Amino acid sequence: MPKDTNLEKILLIGSGPIVIGQGCEFDYSGVQACKALREEGYCVVLVNSNPATIMTDPEFADRTYIEPVTPEVVEKIIIKEKPDALLPTLGGQTGLNTAMDLVRLGILEKYGVKLIGANAEAIEKGEDRLAFKEAMLKIGLDLPQSGVAHTIEEGIKISREIATTTNKQFPLIIRPAYTLGGSGGGIAYNREELEEILARGLDMSPVTEVLIEESLLGWKEYEMEVMRDRNDNCVVICSIENLDPMGIHTGDSITVAPAQTLSDKEYQIMRDASFAVIREIGVETGGSNIQFSVDPETGRMIVIEMNPRVSRSSALASKATGFPIAKIAAKLAVGYTLDELPNDITKKTPASFEPTIDYCVVKVPRFTFEKFPTADPVLTTQMKSVGEAMAIGRTFKEAMQKALRSLEIDRYGFGADGKGKNISISDPAEIHEKIAVPNAERIFYLRSAFAIGMSVPEIFEITGIDPWFLRQLQQIYETEQKIAAGKEFIPMREAKKLGFSDRQLAHLTGKTELEIRAARKSDGIIPTYRLVDTCAAEFEAFTPYYYSTYGDEDEARDSDKKKIMILGGGPNRIGQGIEFDYCCVHAAFALKELGFETIMVNSNPETVSTDYDTSDKLYFEPLTLEDVLNIHEGERPWGTIVQFGGQTPLNLADDLEKSGVTIIGTSPASIELAEDRKFFSSLLDKLSLKQADAGTATSEDEAVAIAHRISYPVLVRPSFVLGGRAMMIVHDDDELREYMRSAVEASPERPVLVDRFLEDATEVDVDVISDGETSVIGAIMEHIEQAGVHSGDSACVIPPFSLSGEMQDEIRIAAKSLAKELKVCGLMNVQFAVKDEELYVIEVNPRASRTVPFVSKAIGIPLAKIAAKVMAGEKLTDLGFTEEVVPEHYSVKEAVFPFVKFPGIDIVLGPEMKATGEVMGIDPDLGMAYAKSQMAASAALPLEGNLFISVKDRDKPQAVEIARDYHALGFSIFSTAGTAQFLEKSGIPVTRLFKLAEKRRPNVLDMIKNGEVDFIINTPSADRSPRADEITIRSTAVANAVPVMTNLRAAQASVMAIKSLQKGALEVSPLQDYHAG
Amino acid sequence: MNALLALEDGRHFQGRAFGSTGTSCGEICFNTSMTGYQEILTDPSYRGQIVTMTYPLIGNYGVSNLDSESNYPHVRGFVIEELCDAPSNWRSEQSLDSYLHDHDIIGIQGIDTRSLTRHIRERGAMKALLTTEDIPAEEACQRAGSSDGVVGMDFVREVTTSETYRWDPDNLLSREWTLVNPANQDSQSDDGNHYHPLPDPDYRIVAYDFGIKHNILRRLRQAGFLVDVVNARTAATDVLAMNPDGVFLSNGPGDPDALGDIHKEIGTLIGKLPVFGICLGHQILGHALGGKTFKLKFGHRGGNQPVKDLRTGAVAITSQNHGFAVDAESLPAGIEVTHINLNDETVEGLRSTNHPTFSVQYHPEAAPGPHDASYFFSEFAKLIEQER
Repeated sequence: MPKDTNLEKILLIGSGPIVIGQGCEFDYSGVQACKALREEGYCVVLVNSNPATIMTDPEFADRTYIEPVTPEVVEKIIIKEKPDALLPTLGGQTGLNTAMDLVRLGILEKYGVKLIGANAEAIEKGEDRLAFKEAMLKIGLDLPQSGVAHTIEEGIKISREIATTTNKQFPLIIRPAYTLGGSGGGIAYNREELEEILARGLDMSPVTEVLIEESLLGWKEYEMEVMRDRNDNCVVICSIENLDPMGIHTGDSITVAPAQTLSDKEYQIMRDASFAVIREIGVETGGSNIQFSVDPETGRMIVIEMNPRVSRSSALASKATGFPIAKIAAKLAVGYTLDELPNDITKKTPASFEPTIDYCVVKVPRFTFEKFPTADPVLTTQMKSVGEAMAIGRTFKEAMQKALRSLEIDRYGFGADGKGKNISISDPAEIHEKIAVPNAERIFYLRSAFAIGMSVPEIFEITGIDPWFLRQLQQIYETEQKIAAGKEFIPMREAKKLGFSDRQLAHLTGKTELEIRAARKSDGIIPTYRLVDTCAAEFEAFTPYYYSTYGDEDEARDSDKKKIMILGGGPNRIGQGIEFDYCCVHAAFALKELGFETIMVNSNPETVSTDYDTSDKLYFEPLTLEDVLNIHEGERPWGTIVQFGGQTPLNLADDLEKSGVTIIGTSPASIELAEDRKFFSSLLDKLSLKQADAGTATSEDEAVAIAHRISYPVLVRPSFVLGGRAMMIVHDDDELREYMRSAVEASPERPVLVDRFLEDATEVDVDVISDGETSVIGAIMEHIEQAGVHSGDSACVIPPFSLSGEMQDEIRIAAKSLAKELKVCGLMNVQFAVKDEELYVIEVNPRASRTVPFVSKAIGIPLAKIAAKVMAGEKLTDLGFTEEVVPEHYSVKEAVFPFVKFPGIDIVLGPEMKATGEVMGIDPDLGMAYAKSQMAASAALPLEGNLFISVKDRDKPQAVEIARDYHALGFSIFSTAGTAQFLEKSGIPVTRLFKLAEKRRPNVLDMIKNGEVDFIINTPSADRSPRADEITIRSTAVANAVPVMTNLRAAQASVMAIKSLQKGALEVSPLQDYHAG
Repeated sequence: MNALLALEDGRHFQGRAFGSTGTSCGEICFNTSMTGYQEILTDPSYRGQIVTMTYPLIGNYGVSNLDSESNYPHVRGFVIEELCDAPSNWRSEQSLDSYLHDHDIIGIQGIDTRSLTRHIRERGAMKALLTTEDIPAEEACQRAGSSDGVVGMDFVREVTTSETYRWDPDNLLSREWTLVNPANQDSQSDDGNHYHPLPDPDYRIVAYDFGIKHNILRRLRQAGFLVDVVNARTAATDVLAMNPDGVFLSNGPGDPDALGDIHKEIGTLIGKLPVFGICLGHQILGHALGGKTFKLKFGHRGGNQPVKDLRTGAVAITSQNHGFAVDAESLPAGIEVTHINLNDETVEGLRSTNHPTFSVQYHPEAAPGPHDASYFFSEFAKLIEQER
């Protein structure tokens, strides 16, 4: 059946900001969908609040709305655009939920918008636990045995029934009905615990009811990526087996494709079940992800859940197989069938087939617990990772080791790299614990377990990790030991086939990495590049999507074109996310326009950069010196770009250059110079620019001496980091000494920077583009939050709203002169602080910054593209970009945080970045732009209601003015003693609440939990160790989705926003209109 | 121990031996299934062939008696990238290494099977020699070249039953294996395995054994057929004398062109009894109906082949294993091509418009592979019902 010609205009809902559990994989799927639909001639209307996405680039949709993804806002877009259909399945859970809200509110019906891909009934069935359970029972699939009890006796009876059907008495999971977050429940491993938990659960449940369920902890976990078309043709795109068994969120698990330990009989039963599920749930067209659990002892197979949409796993499956699930899903949604669509990779065969792969794919999650030291680091069913790396090898061992070195956590494989000093083999008890309780480092502790002589069965018993995986890991360990002992000769080629990096071999044999490399090359042991071809070489593949392995034949195709290699950013992490991938993608597009052959290197399966469509050639490889040099030696590119992928490629720049790689754009030497304090100070002197007093310390005493000279508070941080890693404001010697001892390892090569901290200064970010001759300001961004909050965590505004014209000119001149002196060719970011009308330079980074996509969308100029062209030798004058664009409208960027995933941790912002993503609010009115940004980021600002305000002493005078404003806006003010007294004195009516410490009720927590607080202003009492009850208030507010402002500037900005919201209705406009003409 | 795989065109691969030792010749072919190595090894259609798996990690879930498609493996050799030395699966009874050793099949691992596959794809199917003995590569390649190969070979003779027998008279071998499921009250269990119960038989058919797979027999019985299995060279008159409700033509090895005498006997049966053929059975039927077969460049072997039913437009993902195909151009009037392979548009199914006769080139019984096409067995039952 060909495409539906009754449709003309299709609305796509994006997934909004990057948060834990919903990352840039939905930009990848959204971009594919946009491209696929426009290819078919449809008019695409897109809504997404995330400016860092490629999908929100104005050329990817006909009408691009960077607006909050809420039902109210989407309704306004529907009224304005009158789309014929809404495709809800490509924007993650956010897209799906918003679409369902629109259905429930009757909005789609009202405006005659048809849901395509999946209908509301199917989405409901897939998403609602009870409906899903019923559907599964109907088609005869197995579910965990369970029963509902109202008394302890009943509970015990149910436990016996479960034992009879499953032949296993314990463990059992007890879930009390209607308790928040399932509190009061637990896992019972024996009769005594069962009775105890039953008693507690029944007591805590308001309806005296508990669900008792068979536990699947430790069972094997699988995922199936399935597609269906309107002719009911179903195919499995990829099967995935989790290394980590049930109990750990699949996003936090190491996963492997294809499934490894299922026989064909078992696999086919799982395949049949997957089709039964997608049919019963009723997903008409598109992709779904279905999760299964398998009892390792009996093979019993239980269906866990299904996602009636494309997911993180479908992005992984697409990258793992070369089958573009989102693209095909979009085409199926408009009426095509699988056999009508070609397989992009082979071109000659149809998409109605099941990819077969002849390699092994391993995905490893990337965690950032170092950012949240008080968060619980145990891995559970709640996802905590912020990114992932994928690697491809001909064997599991090769792929696993490549994946681990792709993580960029300074590990170069499965141990054997001299790293990970905290992982010892001296303490068997610790090793037992670390492999028993799932955590981010468990994979490395498995090596330690082998090292202390534990056997595969023993480790299996403790971890539940399938013996197949353990045996594979053990083989890596055994080979490592043989290499290290040097008694038995292990040919280099054998070691490389098992994925050992040169770094590991160097460590094991006491040589340097480059010595190993030289020896290896002189023996002719170089990697071969293999195609990801969907068909295991059965057909010729046309798409150059490669991975390395040590095989017989190299399939990389050479060409006569001038080539440029772009190094990506690797796994997403806090501080280095989608913004950098955005820049890399733009570089690929821009250089293609100039006629270069573009080569992308990256290891992140979630991204648009690793879509085989983005560049001319894609190498899915770790971003280490060894792997990048290998590709370079094969491809011999004319130039290599390192300034777009964040810190990852920059860290390699020096060594790459030394090995003969031509880095284009700003030279690595310049980039390094900007980090060199001495040079930098003299540079600023030369340009007559000021900076806060500062020094560079290589020891604890030196740091203290500097602090005394420049006086406290001081800002301390290691050099060469992104995202403010380990950056802190310290107030006295004790704090400073503790920081130097515990937080960083200072050394002459990696000194610690100590700066005088400018209190209450306004921070300004500037992006500049330069070709060495001409420099143009991208934008001046004025931060909402005061200096001291990491720029990635603060809201900022284009154009500046409070800086004087003179100050802005001073900033322009300063930024341009810095670009000139640093011989910038490409992008540069400068951070300034303005205090008492004085301009201070905080830092300069001669590379693409996190704000590039935001600025590009605010001003309507693709900065990254222009920068890439400049790096390739074009001049700004030729490209027609010589004048700064100062837009008429306001654009506000707001950061989005993962606090809700780490219950109980403090949400106060500081110099260490914690945001996972960002949103943009755009409007002619500043207040409205800020209001939109808040609405898109988390909880919308209230228009009225109860405000709870409690601030530190120093903030009290200013808080009076702010409280007065909120009172004038119609808010009722609540406060605790200290702040209340201050407000009362100034004549502001305020209701006093008990402090938590007063132990009297009702207190503010009660009000928050009862939904009686609409807004909170709470500034921390001390910068370093805020009181426990403040933290409780703030984290409870986050858990209950009450907006909280933790600094007065944000509170002030909110006044302006609420005023705008009260004044008039929110209006929506597409980017295309903002930048027309 | 070292092992060598030598191809007739001079290319050779060094690897390590597993399974058995010695020297063996056959046609080299590749299979792209990611699971099901045991079913492939024991499929009699692979008689005369050395099989390489494109998926590099083989042996992961071991070997289980239930997964055999005949009484022993038929391949002339097995070529893989990496052998799993410690299989992990609750059903595993034996490692692949020891299984091949027990059945005297030579295996070679540690070779780059993707390079080998690409070579076969480019150069086409060819003869090969697999050895663990100390034979110089050049000589090995020459010996591969002078071996028999597959074209014109009648391997059916080696694999067909010598005597007529009734399949599974005790109803023990045909029950459909399934997973334990407390919610499923119907399933029967013994020896820790679970099965769907069998229906009572409705029809009695004769199956020509050209190298029949157990799962075809199981599926036939599950669809309600009592099956009498006969030797490949049973005369049509003898079959008619058995007075069956229909005739089934099985899969099998070798060149369909080399079985002229069989084509003739089958031709006699058409129109007298409903006939259903699979794989070699389909090719023989093609000949019997007046068509021709030709050798594919490198065959279809895997579990992901898309087949379109030209009558309904539905696409099935199918399990395939064939090196020859029916030539659509050669088919006389009255023969309809019902299915085609979407990858290369070759014939995958045909039927007679005059007689109750149809066949498919692929494997509706799967084992290994997807179950999408399993409905053909009940289609055959329907056809017989109509003819009664």
